[in-house]
Amino acid sequence: MRVTVLVNGRREEVRTERDTALLYVLRNHLGLTGTRFGCGLGLCGACLVLIDDRPAYSCDTPMWAVEDRDVTTVEGLGVSGRPHPAAQAIIDGQAAQCGYCISGVVISAAGLLAVNDAPSEDEVRAALDRNLCRCGAQNRIVRAVLAAASSLRASRDSG
Amino acid sequence: MAGSGEARTALPPSLAANPRLGDWLRVLPGGVVEVRSGKVELGQGVLTALAQVAAEELDVDVARVRMFAAVTGISPDEGTTAGSLSIQHSGAALRVACAEARAIYLGVAAGRWDMPVGALTVQDGTIAAQDGRTTSYWELADDRLLDRPATGLAEPKAVPDYRIVGTSVPRVDLPDKLAPRPRFVHDMALDGMLYGRVIRPPSRGATLLDVRAEPAMGAARRRDRRARREFPWRDHRTGGGGAARRRPAARGREVAGRARNCPMRTICRPSSPPRPPRPASWPNPPLPPVRRRRRPRASHEATYHRPYLAHAAMGPSTATALASTAPVSTAPASTALASTASAGDEAGVRLEVWTHSQGVYPLRRELARALKLTEDQVRVRHVEGAGCYGHNAADDAAMDAALLALAVPGRPVQVVWSRADELGWEPYGPAAVVRVAADVDARGDVLSWQHEIWGNGHVTRPGFGRSIGLLAASHRDGGEPIEPAAEPPLERGGGAGRNAVPGYAFPAYRVMNHRLSVMPLRTSSLRSLGGFVNVFAIESFMDELAAAAGRDPVEYRLAQLADPRGRAVIEAVVRQSGWADWSPAGSSRSVGHGIGYARYKNSSAYCAVVAEVEAVTEVRVRRLTIAVDGRPGDQPRRCREPGRGRRDPGDQLDAEGTRAFRPLYRDQRHLGQLSDPAVL
Repeated sequence: MRVTVLVNGRREEVRTERDTALLYVLRNHLGLTGTRFGCGLGLCGACLVLIDDRPAYSCDTPMWAVEDRDVTTVEGLGVSGRPHPAAQAIIDGQAAQCGYCISGVVISAAGLLAVNDAPSEDEVRAALDRNLCRCGAQNRIVRAVLAAASSLRASRDSG
Repeated sequence: MAGSGEARTALPPSLAANPRLGDWLRVLPGGVVEVRSGKVELGQGVLTALAQVAAEELDVDVARVRMFAAVTGISPDEGTTAGSLSIQHSGAALRVACAEARAIYLGVAAGRWDMPVGALTVQDGTIAAQDGRTTSYWELADDRLLDRPATGLAEPKAVPDYRIVGTSVPRVDLPDKLAPRPRFVHDMALDGMLYGRVIRPPSRGATLLDVRAEPAMGAARRRDRRARREFPWRDHRTGGGGAARRRPAARGREVAGRARNCPMRTICRPSSPPRPPRPASWPNPPLPPVRRRRRPRASHEATYHRPYLAHAAMGPSTATALASTAPVSTAPASTALASTASAGDEAGVRLEVWTHSQGVYPLRRELARALKLTEDQVRVRHVEGAGCYGHNAADDAAMDAALLALAVPGRPVQVVWSRADELGWEPYGPAAVVRVAADVDARGDVLSWQHEIWGNGHVTRPGFGRSIGLLAASHRDGGEPIEPAAEPPLERGGGAGRNAVPGYAFPAYRVMNHRLSVMPLRTSSLRSLGGFVNVFAIESFMDELAAAAGRDPVEYRLAQLADPRGRAVIEAVVRQSGWADWSPAGSSRSVGHGIGYARYKNSSAYCAVVAEVEAVTEVRVRRLTIAVDGRPGDQPRRCREPGRGRRDPGDQLDAEGTRAFRPLYRDQRHLGQLSDPAVL
């Protein structure tokens, strides 16, 4: 069947089965490899994407559930060629170890910062609770997300 | 003759084994130094650290160093990236090789200008004479200059002169991973790539009777007899050509996934009867019974254990392979491969494998052995995978991909293991029981100490045993089972015995390892091997002894620790954590604090940790203060961050009560951000 889905603002029509996971369509049909296969069970957060601005596991979201919905992957978060402030803060703070989980982390952070640009540390930790990091970069990541929030506020104030 | 009367640095072992300077680095005219290491990026940041070493000795900016991922036939052979030895091995080799390369280039400039080398300086690759004349590595770039063996005649920099090593520089691999640009082995997408999967028995001890692939494979097309016999697989072309039904791209991996559900009949054989454990002891030969210079006042004993631990990497084990009968043309730098064409077998097969293995050369040797190819016919390329904490299934996935690729020459085949594959067949960190017993004097100080270990071995990496250490090789017709894990000698860090010899100055001690040679699960190396259960046992028992003697755990340790560097990290962590003045917040009885100390492998970095822990319905680590005494070349950040973050997977899993037989992810959820402790 043909499924139409909006990915990063582009209308994409893909031929696939209704129960195919969104993750496979993103990675294999559309070549968007920033979204990662981790556990395949909706438990690790490596495959998170924004669906209508809310973080969701793409590995267990079937295509029928995203028909005509707005999907944003980590590739679609940046603005005019620059990474999303959360991604930039993670680079600045060297807040990743192997980097495999980090796309999902950026998605969770972006989802949080879109609705709350002044989160407390506890709010950041709660928003990232679905993301596993096996290397142990959690504290660095939390600091980076807090830094991203303050840089977002600063750019908003100056803009 | 050469070097007579001159100071000659003994070549580090890695450089002695790979002496040609050009194997380690190339100066490119575009202002770039390409640096090669046999060590691979596992998420630990080693490429960045090695780039710093090269930049330091060459006097160039780190940004000019381009690290080259390890490839057989091109990169130096440095075995496996394991045991926290990359800086010791590869760093030491690069230090000497780059110092010598610098001296060679300076020699060329000095010859041109007819002045002594000592009159020249180098800054970011620009070579300057005192009279103002300048040239650069890039102007002089010539591969022939480094086409010679290292001599050890050039003196590397002294540590106090370091400007780059010892500072924290940004990781070279992170920009790609955050951009994000494809960088992981999972992201590989070659033209015409097929997805494949090897179907395995449901458990060890099960023997395959028959398998019917057709129902699960549906319209999947099978290519040749060999593929049909050994592997059901799925054509993944986007359509067109042959009799294949047109299929959308990317269906391959899904169908490969369904192949797991093939109807399969197996029988389970009873496992062979356990053989009695063979104890090994340290010191070796064992000390005579402990001499009791003072009469013991009391004896204590305690037992500690660790379950089997799954690797549980963030990403699945995966590999891509391509077999061809012509020289490989899809990848750069294939000239060396083409030039060895005459070494090929009668079929002239070439096999190229992309893998996140910890060792491209050991894997190549084992693949060649298993597939009856010469090593020259196989090229293994490292591509980064998810963080690696020891021997995972990367090598096994590479073997799977190689077998499938050989069945369909000319088509790249990608294999991605499922969680069920990983939890069923990956090498587990072995379970262990540790019993510690001590006699103490009237003050509670240890008079004699005994440490006994029961467990499986820790090293079944490919290339470390007599049998081929690749899973699919053991499952093939006539394949040998993977033999029980060996125990490496203690001088090389040991396995089950790692960190079992106490670091304290006890008057007498004995360590026994009862190695169990029957493995209910496949076991191999996981983070620090036996190190963490042994340290956990020793340090927990020290607390028991201190408590029995009514003494402060810090004072008790310092009273029996002679090593000044060990004492220094304990004193530092005690100071930093405010040990003496500590009191639980709100005088809560559910919060406590404690100290642990170890020197990794009894020969590497020193570490002391003070943990503040809360135990209500679950044990939560609230705060860790860590003191580390590493090498002078350590990056402060590399030293700090892994120290902060990388508590052993085992520690985490143990705290959550997870057992390896259950899917780990459910339990691991608790280990996310919320439960992560604050670290100073």
